[in-house]
Amino acid sequence: MKFTLSWLNSFLDTDASAEEIADKLTMIGLELESLTNPADALKPFVIAKVLEAKQHPNADRLRVCQVDPGTGEAIQVVCGAPNARSGMIGVFAPVGSYVPGTGIELKAGNLRGEASNGMLVSERELMLSDDHEGIIDLPDDAPVGTPYATWAGLDDPVIDIGVTPNRPDALGVYGIARDLAAAGMGTLKPLDATPVEGAFKSPIGVELRFADGDTSPCPHFVGRYIRGIKNGPSPAWMQKRLRAIGLRPISALVDVTNYMTIAYGRPLHVFDAAKVKGTIHARLAKPGETIEALDGRTYTLDGTMTVIADDSGPEGLAGVMGGEASGVSETTTDVFLESAYFDPIRTASTGRKLNLLSDARYRFERGIDPAFTEPGAEIATRLILEMCGGEASEIVIAGEAPLRNANARLRMNRVTTLAGVEIAPRAQVDILESLGFAVAGTDEEIVASIPSWRPDVNGEADLVEEIVRIHGLEKIAHVMLPRTEAVTKPKLSVQQRRRFKAARALASRGFNEAVTWSFLPSDQARLFGGGEDLLALDNPISTELSDMRPSLLAGLIAAVSRNADRGTETQALCEVGQVYPGDRPEDERLHASGIRLGVTGPRSALQAPRDVDLFDAKADVLAALELLGAPVDKVQVQAEGPSWYHPGRVGTVTLGPKNKLATFGELHPHVLEAFDVSGPLVGFEIDIDAIPVPKSQRAARAALKISGYQTVRRDFAFVIEDSVPAEKLVRAAKGAEKSLITQVNVFDVFRGAAIGEGYKSIAIEVTLTPEDRTLTEAEIEAVSSRVVQAVEKATGGQLRR
Amino acid sequence: MTEDTDLLALERDILERIDTAENEAALEDARIASLGKKGVVSERLKGLGKMTPEERQVAGPALNGLKARITEKIEARRSILKEKALTERLKSETIDVTLPARPEQRGTIHPTTQVWQEVIAIFADMGFSVAEGPHIENDWYNFGALNIPPEHPARQEMDTFYLKPKEDGSRMVLRTHTSPVQIRTMENETPPIRIIAPGRTFRSDSDRTHTPMFHQIEGLVIDETTHMGHLKGTLEAFCKAFFEVDDVKMRFRPSHFPFTEPSMEVDIGCHWEGGELKIGEGDDWLEILGSGMVHPNVIRAGGLDPEKYQGFAFGMGLDRIAMLKYGIPDLRAFFEADLRWLRHYGFASLDMPSVAEGLS
Repeated sequence: MKFTLSWLNSFLDTDASAEEIADKLTMIGLELESLTNPADALKPFVIAKVLEAKQHPNADRLRVCQVDPGTGEAIQVVCGAPNARSGMIGVFAPVGSYVPGTGIELKAGNLRGEASNGMLVSERELMLSDDHEGIIDLPDDAPVGTPYATWAGLDDPVIDIGVTPNRPDALGVYGIARDLAAAGMGTLKPLDATPVEGAFKSPIGVELRFADGDTSPCPHFVGRYIRGIKNGPSPAWMQKRLRAIGLRPISALVDVTNYMTIAYGRPLHVFDAAKVKGTIHARLAKPGETIEALDGRTYTLDGTMTVIADDSGPEGLAGVMGGEASGVSETTTDVFLESAYFDPIRTASTGRKLNLLSDARYRFERGIDPAFTEPGAEIATRLILEMCGGEASEIVIAGEAPLRNANARLRMNRVTTLAGVEIAPRAQVDILESLGFAVAGTDEEIVASIPSWRPDVNGEADLVEEIVRIHGLEKIAHVMLPRTEAVTKPKLSVQQRRRFKAARALASRGFNEAVTWSFLPSDQARLFGGGEDLLALDNPISTELSDMRPSLLAGLIAAVSRNADRGTETQALCEVGQVYPGDRPEDERLHASGIRLGVTGPRSALQAPRDVDLFDAKADVLAALELLGAPVDKVQVQAEGPSWYHPGRVGTVTLGPKNKLATFGELHPHVLEAFDVSGPLVGFEIDIDAIPVPKSQRAARAALKISGYQTVRRDFAFVIEDSVPAEKLVRAAKGAEKSLITQVNVFDVFRGAAIGEGYKSIAIEVTLTPEDRTLTEAEIEAVSSRVVQAVEKATGGQLRR
Repeated sequence: MTEDTDLLALERDILERIDTAENEAALEDARIASLGKKGVVSERLKGLGKMTPEERQVAGPALNGLKARITEKIEARRSILKEKALTERLKSETIDVTLPARPEQRGTIHPTTQVWQEVIAIFADMGFSVAEGPHIENDWYNFGALNIPPEHPARQEMDTFYLKPKEDGSRMVLRTHTSPVQIRTMENETPPIRIIAPGRTFRSDSDRTHTPMFHQIEGLVIDETTHMGHLKGTLEAFCKAFFEVDDVKMRFRPSHFPFTEPSMEVDIGCHWEGGELKIGEGDDWLEILGSGMVHPNVIRAGGLDPEKYQGFAFGMGLDRIAMLKYGIPDLRAFFEADLRWLRHYGFASLDMPSVAEGLS
C-alpha cells in the first residue's frame, strides 16, 4: 500500500516528519516496506532561463543555447528540442548529473563544433511522464535557480507499507490516517460526505436480481446519474498523487475511481451512461457467459460469479474489474456511477478462478467498509462535479448495507492479565474511541461497539490487541517464565533422543549428514516401493518433487550421483528423517539411512583403498543399532530384503520373528542405472521407530564378572553346503556350551576343489572362559566335541579333518 | 715369569678380548674361551685342587677375583653391545614421518540438526519439553483448528501442498507450519503446558530464502497466567542464548496471524561489518519470528476452556536462524547435499550443543 506524505496530510493534521510517521506505522502494525523521496533523484535539476537560443552553425535541428541556472552566468548548451527558444524557462541538468530517464551521467561535450555543458531536459528524461515532444517549458514566473522538484511539488516522500490481511481499513489512506491519529501522530480531519443534492431522477435504475432473494453476493448497490460532464485530464494535484504511487493518470473519471480506491479503500465504477441499456443490476453470471474486461481480455464466467449487467449482458465483473463495452472515454458526457458492496469470499473466488488481480479485488476480498457505500458515492460525485462539471441525479439504491453491528466485551483488567502491561481504564477507552469504537461501561468492564470498517475485531482478545498495539508493545516489560524445576529434568523421550544419536553415530563413522527433500519423482518413488496415488502431491512444485518418499535412500543416491558428477569418488552420506509409507499420522516412520559409494577412502602410500561392500553397510547398521539401544546380541540377520537391493547381497536385521529393525546391502543394478551412478554402492535403512524402548531406564549396570582363570581358544573348520548361512553355524557353536563359550568368531571362508562343488569351509575360533577353575585338557576336549556335534547337527556339515 | 705376572697377562688378554668384541657372538666366544667349561680361567680353577693349601690360599682368591672381574666385564660389554645393536636397528628402521597418515573419513552433522539441538538445549533449560506431529496432516489440524477459515488466502494452492483427493474428495495437506502440534498437544495434555515442536514444514515456494521444504520450531505455553511480558522475556532469553551475545536489540511489532491475538512479529537488531552479519546490535532489523497470545478459538479447538487458560505461541524458521548464526548465505543449499557444502558448514559428531558447555 503506497501513498505520499502530502496525501496523508490531506487527512491527518500533523507536524510529524516522514521518518517519524514511517517509524510509527511499523510500531502500530502497519509495517513500513520503504520510504523514498522522488525528489532525491532530481536534486541536481534546477529551474533555468534560456537567455538566448540561436541556430547551430553546423546542424539544422540543433540550437546553441545560453542558459542561466540562477547563478547569473551563462552556460552554453546544445539542444535538439524543437521548443527551445530565447527567453523560455526550462529545467537544466548540469555536467555531472545523472539523468534517470537516459541512465547517463552528463559529461561536458562538443556537438558538431559547439561546446555543450549540460542539458535542458524533457519530462521523460526525468521519468516524470512519457512526454518527449520537447524540453520542459515552465511558466514565466517559475523561480530560476530553485530545484525543479521542490517547485513542482515532487518533494513528497512516498511511503509503502505492508498491510496484513486482517486490516482492509488500512488499504485506504484515510484509514491509515485514523490509526496514526489514534497513536498520537496528529489529528484526523473530518470527512465531508454530505449528500450531493440531486437535480433530477436517475434515468437508469439499479436492481439486485438474485434467485430466492439471497442478495448476499451483492447486498447493497448505490448508483447515480451525472450528466453534462466533460471528461478531460484530472487536475495536477490528483495526477501527481496517482503518479507518485505508480498509477498512470488516464482521464478525470478513471482517475477519480483510482483515487477513491487508494484514498478511502472504496473501489467504484463509472459507466458511460450512453452505452448502458436498461436497468443496471447485480446478478450471478450465467454459466458460459463472457465479458471483455477493461484489461482488454475476454473472460468466460461460471454461475458462482457476480456480474453487474444491463439488458445487453454483463458490463462488469463485480468487485474485480469493469467491462470494456460500457467504459468511459474522452467523449463521454453522461455517466452512471456505481458504488456497491460485494461479498469478499465470492470476489476472491472469482478473481482466483479468472486469475485476475486488481486493486478493487484486493480490497473487496479483504472486506471493505460496508457502511461507506453511500458516503463513497457522495465523495466521488463531488469530485466528478468539481473536475468535469455537469449535474448529478438523485441517488438510486438497491438493497441495504450488510452491517454487522457487533459488540465486544472487555474486562478492563484483561490488558494487564493478557498483555502484561498496566493501562488506566480511561486511557484504554480513549484508544478504542480514537479508533472509532463506541464505548459504554464502567472501570471494570466495557462494551465496545465495533466500527463497520473493522471486520477483524470480534472479541476481547482483539480489543486487547487494539489497545496494546496503539499503546506500544515496547512498553510491555520483559518477564521470565517461572522456573518449574531447580534443575531441569530431561526433556527428550528415548525416541526423540534417537534421532540425534543416530545422526551422530553415523557421523562418527565418517558419514556426512544430509537433509534431502521429503518428496521425489514418482519413478524414483516406485523404485523404492512407493509411488501410490495416495501419496502423490495434487499440486507438486515440479515433477521432480511429486511423491512422498517411501525411503531415504532415493534422495541420498540422487545426491551421491550429483556429487560424483562433480568428481567426488568416495562418498558416505546419511540422513535421519521421516518416510511416508501411508498418509495417516501413525504411518510416518523415522528412518536413519546411509550409503557408501566407491572405495573406502582416498589412495594412500600406507594402504590401498578397497571397494566398499555390504559388510561396511552391515557394520554401520550394527554400530548404529547398538548406540540406539537395540539389543544387538539378540538380533538375527536374514538373507532377504527389499527389491531395491541386489537379491543375493541383501540382509534384514530382525528382532524376533516379525520386527524388522534394518535392511542393508548392495544396491540393485537397476537402481544404479536409474540414478546414473557407477558402483559399488552399498546402503542401509534403519527403522528407528521399530527399535524397542526399554521399559525402565536403569542407570546402574549389572555387576562386572571377571574370570581369573585361563581363557582357552580352539579353532575348528567345517565343510558345509554353500547355501547354509554362516550365522547358523555360529549360533550352533555358541549354543554348544553356553556356560563356557563366550565368543565364536568366523575367521575364514574357503571354497575350492579340495572342498567340492557346492560346499564351503568355514573356520571359527571358539573362546572358552571358565569362571571358577582352569579347564583340564579332558574338559576342553569334551567341549570341543560338543561344538562339533552341535554344528554338524545344525548345519548338516562336517568337521574338516 | 712369576705366577702373578702370568695371571695379570692373562687377565689383560681376556679383558682386551672382551673389550674388543664387536658383537654379542664375539663376546660369547670370549666368555667361552675364559669362563666356559674348557676356558682358560675355568681350567686354572680346576687346577686349584692340585695345589697345596698355601698355594691355594693365594691362587684361589686371585682366580675367583679374576672370574668375577671377567663376568662383570662381560655383562658391561654385553649391555653396551645390546645398546649399540639396538641403536643400529632403530637407525635402520627410520620411517618418513612426513608421509600422510592412513586416510580417515571425517563425518559431519548437518547445520539444521545442530541448530535443532541447540534450540532444544536452550528451551529445555527454560522448562520446555519437545512435542512432535505428523508431516501429512488433515485440514482441521493444519487450518481449521488454528482459526484459519476455508476462504483464507493461506489455504489457497499457491502456498499449500495437497495430496491427491481421497474417495470422499478430501485432501490431506503437507503441514505448512508446525502449529498443528499446538492442537495435538492441547488435546493430549493438561496445562500447564510448555513445549517446543521442531520439524519439517512444506510450502509451495522456491527462491534464495524459500524452499518447498524447510524446518520450523513451534513454541507453546498454556497455563492460567502467562502473558505477553513472558513471551517477550522468553524470546529475549532465547535470542541471547542462541546468538551467544550478552545483549540483543529486539523489536516487537504488532502483526497478524489467525491463530494468535494479540500477534506480534519479532525483529532483532543487526548490522553488516566487513561483509559479515553481526547479530544483536546495529541499525538494521532482521525479522526472525512470529508470535502472539494463543487465540481463544485455538485454545477451544484444542479442547481447553479459553476463559480459564491462556498462553503464548511462537514459530520460527530453524534453517533461517541457522543461516543467521552461522553465516550461511543460501537456504536452497541446505537440501542439496553437496558434499563440499556439508563438509564446510557441517559440525563434528562430538560437538554436542549444551547450555553448560557451550552451544556452538
